[in-house]
Formats: sequence, structure tokens, C-alpha cells
Amino acid sequence: MTPLAMPPVAIGPLAPVLIVLGAAGLVLLLDLLPRPVGRELIATVALAGLVGALLATLARWGKPGRAFQDMLVLDDFALFANVVICYAAALVVMLSIDYLGRNGPETGEYYALVLFSTGGMMLLAAAGDLIVLFLALELMSLSLYVLAGLFKRELAASEASMKYFILGAFATSFLLYGIALIYGATGTTNLDRIAAAAAGRAHDPLLVIGLGLLLVGFGFKISSVPFHMWAPDVYQGAPTSVTALIATGSKAAALAALIRVLVTALRGSQPDWAVLLWVVAAITMTVGNVVAIAQSNLKRLLAYSSIAHVGYMLIGVVAGGSAGPGAVLFYLLTYAFTTAGAFGVLTLCERAQAEAVEVGDYAGLARRHPVLAAALGLFLLSLVGIPPLAGFVGKFYLFAAAVRAGYLWLAVIGVVNSALAAYYYLRVVVFMYMREPEGAGARLVPSFAGGLALAIALIGIVLLGVIPAPFADLAQAAVAPLLR
Amino acid sequence: MTHAAFLVIAALAVASALGLVLRRNAIHGALFLVVNLGSVAALYLTLGAEFLAAVQVIVYAGAIMVLFVFAIMVLIPGKEETGLDPRRGWRLLALPVGALLALQLLLVVRAGVGPVAPAAAVPGGVEAVARLLFTRYLLPFELTSVLLLAAMVGVLLLARRRV
Amino acid sequence: MVAESWYVALSAVLFSIGVVGVVVRRNPLVMFMSIELMLNAANLAFVAFGRRAGNADGQIAVFFVMAVAAAEVAVGLAIIVTVFRLRRRLSVDDLSLMRW
Repeated sequence: MTPLAMPPVAIGPLAPVLIVLGAAGLVLLLDLLPRPVGRELIATVALAGLVGALLATLARWGKPGRAFQDMLVLDDFALFANVVICYAAALVVMLSIDYLGRNGPETGEYYALVLFSTGGMMLLAAAGDLIVLFLALELMSLSLYVLAGLFKRELAASEASMKYFILGAFATSFLLYGIALIYGATGTTNLDRIAAAAAGRAHDPLLVIGLGLLLVGFGFKISSVPFHMWAPDVYQGAPTSVTALIATGSKAAALAALIRVLVTALRGSQPDWAVLLWVVAAITMTVGNVVAIAQSNLKRLLAYSSIAHVGYMLIGVVAGGSAGPGAVLFYLLTYAFTTAGAFGVLTLCERAQAEAVEVGDYAGLARRHPVLAAALGLFLLSLVGIPPLAGFVGKFYLFAAAVRAGYLWLAVIGVVNSALAAYYYLRVVVFMYMREPEGAGARLVPSFAGGLALAIALIGIVLLGVIPAPFADLAQAAVAPLLR
Repeated sequence: MTHAAFLVIAALAVASALGLVLRRNAIHGALFLVVNLGSVAALYLTLGAEFLAAVQVIVYAGAIMVLFVFAIMVLIPGKEETGLDPRRGWRLLALPVGALLALQLLLVVRAGVGPVAPAAAVPGGVEAVARLLFTRYLLPFELTSVLLLAAMVGVLLLARRRV
Repeated sequence: MVAESWYVALSAVLFSIGVVGVVVRRNPLVMFMSIELMLNAANLAFVAFGRRAGNADGQIAVFFVMAVAAAEVAVGLAIIVTVFRLRRRLSVDDLSLMRW
């Protein structure tokens, strides 16, 4: 028996993830101390871990690295996605501090699970092998299933968690069978080697069915129609801070992984998946927007809105080339700022009035708390796509990429949908500004962390809207390593 | 001879899978699943994957199924799935699923007729698996430990009574 | 030696039975067991394809899937038990609190 030669271990590209997971371990240890430490301290450690990971990610910009025999590919694409993920997670932690203080259990496990799931997301975006992709997806999802049911005394939260879990596990097994078939067709699970082995035989039945099953699994994670049924219930039932994480971080990670798999490993089947995703994109944005009009609960409304936004982003995936995925990356950045901000305002309002989630609860918010109303208004306007906010620029790049790639009709459907969407977003704004408040609501005083989170998100959407070019260029450049 | 053995085990696997899906009683379903997992372990043996066969019996048929049976015993003493099925429409979905199955079968058998791989000495033993596990698959291996830790923390959070 | 395609065909049958089980059954525990059946079918396909490809990567994948399944079962059963501590009957149709 030949002795086992340990392979060289390059920690460098793993550093951002290690910082996040290390912070998770530290949080667990702090929670175990015999003398209970303050919740704020635990949250601060979690936040420090995320900020540290963000800095480590930024420090590696332009220095792509592969580690563990191509299991981990930390190129600029993964780094860009990681910035989005770290930002979203950090915002969620800041918002959680006073949200949990009022509504929830005082446990360090909450923050540990947020960090575990963030680590899973970061690995998902950087996975260079389908096995790593599967494990990272599970790390992210298992933590989120538990977090969704955090308020376990409440039936709605527990049921949302169970629905999320069963449908999620169902979708994961489709994904896994897809991986098995792709492995069967190519004899490997490494993305680059799949691309090499699949070259020239795009119509291998194993490969085609494997691709289809893979898309089912991913379709669930990004909540595209017809695999979106879980989203409204989970968004509504889960604690709002967790909803923000599901809507931004997990979506960004899954989309990044989807793009990487499609553009590298399965680039030979591009005609197949482009047609399929064309249809999915069109249906997803239409269903999301049309159903959102009928919603009276703000969390459900934002859930359908986020489904519609996935439809927009799939336009970029369909468009392909370097412009398409680049536009999706940029959109993810704007979307993370906007959506996390909108859910942030919701967490702050919910804090003061137990159940402020119906649109009617926001009547007259402008009079009671002008700053929060203005913030929510700006986030909603950015979701509509009103210039000069970030949402407009993001949509512009997506539709432009589609037109340039010859998908004129898809761009038209997207524009029509954006107009449709304006109705339900503006309805909320009208409620806030033009209706009288029903009764005297409690005064809202956001904590320092919550206020800071909102301020960062606001600065983000204005900055990205006013000077988008440098960020969009970065996103375009980040896609380049995938296309080699 | 080997074909006969394969057919017997395969029939057992399919029958037990059908038993899981068709029997109303959850406990019977769990026992059918144990049979299914066992027959798949036997198939692993015929494929030359001794290590996985052992792990399958210990982890799956052993640990995981005990958890299932435990949960079933705790939760439902006898009462389940009675009355009208309010989701009869859902059952219609089984039709396209059946179509998917037929399609898969057809394609897979066709794929099997294709180029046969070099039947070189298949590295299937424990040594080959271990070697790969600690060299090329080192990162996923470590990732698994994080995953198990996260699962443990999550279960603790859910199971604790106060909160 | 039995050809690999037979094993893969069997795994496709098992996978489809699992899918039908999840769709048709209403007891979350049985749905969850059907999901385990699907994972198991994927494992069988991995091992069979691994022998055809002549490498052990398929077996490694199965090893990881088993670890994931163990974690998933622990979390899943904990979630299901919490729900039914709050609610007595055990059927996903009772999740009428929120619409599909």
C-alpha cells in the first residue's frame, strides 16, 4: 500500500469563508459561557466576522485563486457574488439586533446559523465541482430551514419552516439526480472537466435530462415559476430578518452557482437551456407581477415581487455572452441593496407594532414617521425601476443585454412587466402618504444598528443609480474568467 | 447466475418502494424503506462497492431509519390520512411523472448500448475511496463536518423547550 | 456481469416511485421517506456510473450524500416534530393557515 501523500492545502482562497465559519464557532462558544454575555456582544462578533469576510474578499479582488484541486474557484465572479452575500448577511445581522430583542428568542444559535448559512452561500458561489456545490447548497438550506421556523411557538412560522423543508429537500433530490446523470455522461463532477468531456455531444440524452433536473433544483432555490409556491408562505411565516436573508443572500448565491454551471460546464448545451430559460423567465416575471397585485400582506407582496425580479434576472442568463451574466451580477448587487432595505423597514415597523405587515398598517406612515416612510418609498421606487435609483440602471443593463443578444421579445415582456409592477409598489406609497393613519400608532425609534443598516442601503441604491458605470464595469470584468 | 441475482434484488427493491408509497400506515412504510435500503446495499455489493454497502446498512438502515421510526411512534399512533382526499387534483400530476419515468428508462437503456467504457480494474475498494477522500475530496470532506455541526446546532435550537 | 444500464434503469424506477410518493402522499413523514428513496436512487446511479467510468468518484459522491442525508433527517424530523407539537393532526393538507 503506497502511503497517502497529503495534497498541498492553499488556505488563501478559502480565507473569506473561514472567517465567517470561525465567527460562527466563536458565537457558539460565547453562548456557552457560564455567565451569559449580552446579545449585543454576540451580534457584534457575528457582524465583525461578516465585515472581516467582506474585507478579505475585497482584498483578493483581481487575484483569482483555485484551491483543493479545483474544488474551489475563487475568481472575480465568485468574489463579486461574495460581496453581495456578505453585504446582505451583514445587513440582516444589524437588523436582527433590535428585531429579535423585541420578538424573539435571545440565543446565540440564531447568529451562528446565519453565519453557517452565509458560509454555505459563499462556497456555493465559488464551487468548482458539483459535489462541493451540493454540499454548500445543503449547508445554506439546512440552516435556513431552521431559521425560518425560529418562532416555534407560532404555528405559521413552524408550518412555513416545514413547507420550506419538504419542498426544499424534494428539489435537492432532483438536483442530485441531475448531478448523477451528468456524472454518468461525463465521468466527472468537476465543472471544467465536464465541459471538456461534454464538448461536441450536447445531445447526449443523459446530459440533457441531467441538465433538466439540475434546472428543477435551481429553479426551486431561486423561486422561479413553476417552483415558486413555497416563497410567499415562507416569506410571510419566517421572521422578517430571516426573510431578508432568504430573499437576498440565498437567491444571489443560487443564481451565481446556476450561471457558473451553465456557462462553464454546460456551455455546449447553450441552445437547449437558453430556450428553456426564455420560457421560464417570461412566465416567472408575469406570474410574479400579476399575483403581487392581489396581495394585501406586504411580506407576501414582496415575495411575489422577488419572484418577478428573478424573472428579470433570468433574462440576463438567457442573453448569455459576457453582457448577460455581467448584467445579472450587477442586478444582484442593486437587488440586494433594495430588497434588504425594504425588508429592513418592515422589521423596524414590525418591532413597534407586533403585526404591521398588512398594507393597511402603513396608512399614514409618512405622518407618523416621515424618515422611515421616505426610506421605504425610495426602496419601492427602486424596485419599480424609477431613475435615478439603482433598480432602473439594473433593469436597463439587463434589457440592453437581451436586445443586443437578439432577444427583443423577452426585453419587451420585461418592460411591460415593469410597468405592470409599478401599480402595486406605488399603491403602498400612496397608502403611506395619502391615507390617514388608523388610530395612533406607537412611536418608532430604530436602534443605532437598524438605522445604520437602512442608511447603508439607501446610500447604496442612490450611489448605484447615479454612478453605475464603475460597478457595472466591475461586474462585466468579473464574468470574463467564466467565458475562457 | 449474476443476472438472476440482480433481477431478484431489483424486484425486491421496486416492490418495497411501491410498498412505501402505497401503504397507508406510516410504520409499514418505514419498514418497507428499510427493506429497500437493504436491497440497494446488496446491489452495491454486486457493483463492487463493499465500503458503501457497509455504510448504507450502518448509517441509513441503522441510524436514519431508527430516527424515522421513533418520530412516527411519537407523532401518530394510528390516525392518519383518513377521510376524503382534498387534493385529488395533485394525483393527476402522477401521470406526467410516469411519462418522465418511461422517457428516462428509454434513454438510459439507449445510452447503455453506447460505447462501453474500458473495463479496466475498477478501483472500488476501500483503499481507493479513502485515498480520494483525503486527497482530491479533502475540501468537501471538511465541509461535511461543518454541515453536521450546523445541523446539530439547528436541531438544538428547535428542540430546546424554553425560548 | 450485469450491465450498468440495468442498474441505472432500476434507479430511474426507484427515483420516479419516490417522486410519485412525495406528490401523492399527505403525511409529511411519508413524504420525507419518499425523498430519502429519491436520494437513494441517485446514489445507486452514482455507483453504477462510477463503475462504468472506471473511477471511484461516484462512490465518493454517495458517501457525501449519505452524510448530507443524515443531517437532513435530523433537521427535518426536528422541524416536523415542532409543528405537530403545536397541532395534533398529521397531514400537509391541514396547513391551511397559509395558502399554497
